[in-house]
Amino acid sequence: MDQLRKKARELLESGAVKTVIGYGEGSGKAVRAVFIRQPEQTEKLILDERCRQNLAVYLLKPEVKNLGKPAVVARLPVLRSILELAAESQLADEQMVILGISPDGQLLDLAGLKAVADYVSAQSLELPPPEREQLEQIEKKSPAERWNFWQEEFSRCVKCYACRASCPLCYCSRCAVECNQPQWISSASHARGNLEWHLVRAMHLAGRCVNCGDCARACPVGIPLNLLTRKLGEEVFKDFGLRAGTTPELKYALATFLPEDQEDFIR
Amino acid sequence: MAEFEPKIVAFVCNWCTYAGADLTGTSRIKYAHNVRMIRLPCTGRIDFMLLLKAFARGADGVIVSGCHPGDCHYTAGNYHARRRWILFRQLLDFLGFDTQRLHFAWVSAAEGAKWAETVNSVVEEVRRLGPFQNYQQLARAGIE
Amino acid sequence: MAEAKLLKQDSWPGLFAKLQASGRRILAPRGKPGLILFEEVSSPEAMASKYIQTTLSAKSAVFPRCEELFQYRFEGKDVKIEDRQLDPPPTVIFGLRPCDASSFAVLNAVFSWDYQDAFFKSRLKNTAVIGISCRESDEYCFCTSVGGGPGDTKGSDILLTRQDSGDYLAEILTAKGQELVSLAPELFAEAPSAEKGKFLAQVPAHFEVKELSQKLPRLFDSGIWVEQSLRCLGCGACAFVCPTCVCFDIQDEADREAGSRLRCWDSCGFSLFTLHTSGHNPRSVQSQRWRQRLMHKFSYFPERLEVLGCVGCGRCARSCPADMNLLEHLQAIMEAP
Repeated sequence: MDQLRKKARELLESGAVKTVIGYGEGSGKAVRAVFIRQPEQTEKLILDERCRQNLAVYLLKPEVKNLGKPAVVARLPVLRSILELAAESQLADEQMVILGISPDGQLLDLAGLKAVADYVSAQSLELPPPEREQLEQIEKKSPAERWNFWQEEFSRCVKCYACRASCPLCYCSRCAVECNQPQWISSASHARGNLEWHLVRAMHLAGRCVNCGDCARACPVGIPLNLLTRKLGEEVFKDFGLRAGTTPELKYALATFLPEDQEDFIR
Repeated sequence: MAEFEPKIVAFVCNWCTYAGADLTGTSRIKYAHNVRMIRLPCTGRIDFMLLLKAFARGADGVIVSGCHPGDCHYTAGNYHARRRWILFRQLLDFLGFDTQRLHFAWVSAAEGAKWAETVNSVVEEVRRLGPFQNYQQLARAGIE
Repeated sequence: MAEAKLLKQDSWPGLFAKLQASGRRILAPRGKPGLILFEEVSSPEAMASKYIQTTLSAKSAVFPRCEELFQYRFEGKDVKIEDRQLDPPPTVIFGLRPCDASSFAVLNAVFSWDYQDAFFKSRLKNTAVIGISCRESDEYCFCTSVGGGPGDTKGSDILLTRQDSGDYLAEILTAKGQELVSLAPELFAEAPSAEKGKFLAQVPAHFEVKELSQKLPRLFDSGIWVEQSLRCLGCGACAFVCPTCVCFDIQDEADREAGSRLRCWDSCGFSLFTLHTSGHNPRSVQSQRWRQRLMHKFSYFPERLEVLGCVGCGRCARSCPADMNLLEHLQAIMEAP
């Protein structure tokens, strides 16, 4: 944490960046995103287990961009989001300084997207066993049980779109659910509208989601909707050998193909 | 009560399956009349949201069909479509959506007989499954 | 008309049974800590035992998140409209906190402002509130700063306050409340004392809300909105958990032959909310939408409807994925130059 504060201070003092996007104390026991602009304010930066929000989401926000060039505190999921955004031409190397953080909280020296990609490739991106088990819990249910499980979960959805807003990769200026000529999917939060929304959200993030889990953390009614994108992320890796957020080059599973892609369901 | 007649929507590409279905007709091959065909330029254009729309409008089953791998009029549209279907089916399955309601096929312009067989077998399978109640029950749920 | 009675804790099942026998559905807080919602229950055992506040408010009982207004059908060149029969189920909301109970008056002010909204009105008419005052609060609660209180009776038909003995002081506040009591008069005993202050949570008052309302118009062009909303993600969680947020969107769900007109919750936090057909958006960035949210609740509402658009329940802050804390921001506004 001291390393981080020191580095943030240096960056602001030298004018290399205008703002440092990091974590600070929030309400009660919560932490929140902070936008540090004065060197002496860097003491407000904290770094601990609670600091999980994917800060990459702020890199595309107009008012944050207006603050000037940012440095961003980035654990692995944030690093991967940044790579994915760069791959999709939403961010470029010179637009930000990346304050990479290792799993044990050490400041990483990651100068540029290439260094980030090298770092990410050296990490294990396998699902940790507890996350794998959450998927298996659902997979082992019968189709009818799975249907009922998700219908019950989706029934609470109020379409607040906190899942979409918290996701760095959901950056479309006009979301599919807002395209109304024709209205492709219902924007109402009734049963069909909710199913359609969660299907479309997951499909549009398939092969792009870095499994940060912010969508589920953001959900006010506790829908484990990150499991949908996590499941697809695993399928993309299994079927096509690709993982999102590993390179600043575009390698989007659904924008490419191999003639030998395998399936067993087409007549 | 009258026997249940499944409503089947088929999304097909212009170049292979639609022409194949034409051939079915010109060859005087009879097949189930339950299918409503929707012609699109290419399977690569068949967004999964179209399939959802069909189910929302009351389809009991959906067929998606286009050119065989290697035969796409636009070189690779069907390869792209295939990747999307692979993932879409897995997502539907994970959600407990009955994937027996959604069928995929490659039917070329020369395969009039295969189109008839495909439609007939899908109609029979969906007839056996009955109306797609899971989805149809959603239509009014959550509206007060 | 307030009358104080004593409702023993073990009388709850009897009360629930009587309410149900009268044909009323009972909505009460259910769930586990962190996710408690108003759901239909048949017995008090199904209720959440401990909660400071529910995750979502009870506003959906009177203002459903997706409500059908009418159906229509095209017949030749004509359109045939089928109006809805407005016969909402008689409902008792049990266990509503005083802040939430007072929120119905805010909703009502909007729905009967320049137009009497029959849908809302019919639901409200058929709804009775048995509130439970707060013995506990948390750092997000600020009812006392916006004219309420942990034992405030506004909006409740009956307000229950748990005494140290475990029994409840029942204040019967309205004719609707009397009607509920008359279903099971034997359960309501004479109260030895109507004193409830000592059983209530201590919720400190943080600001003078009239001052706030007066100050806000001056701050329209202040930089404070950008500063406060930097971390706001622009979702609608705050509006959708809010008991007084009332904005809605009209959606026609139709095919060639027929359709249904729906009224669905909406939020001023969405950029689409103000997007014009021309492509122009008068509130194009989040800071403008954040300003709108606060201005609406604390300036425009008092000015136009003579009610405050906030009851201090604290839900928006508890649910915010970016920790936008309304109380903290209001305090900052009070301190702003």
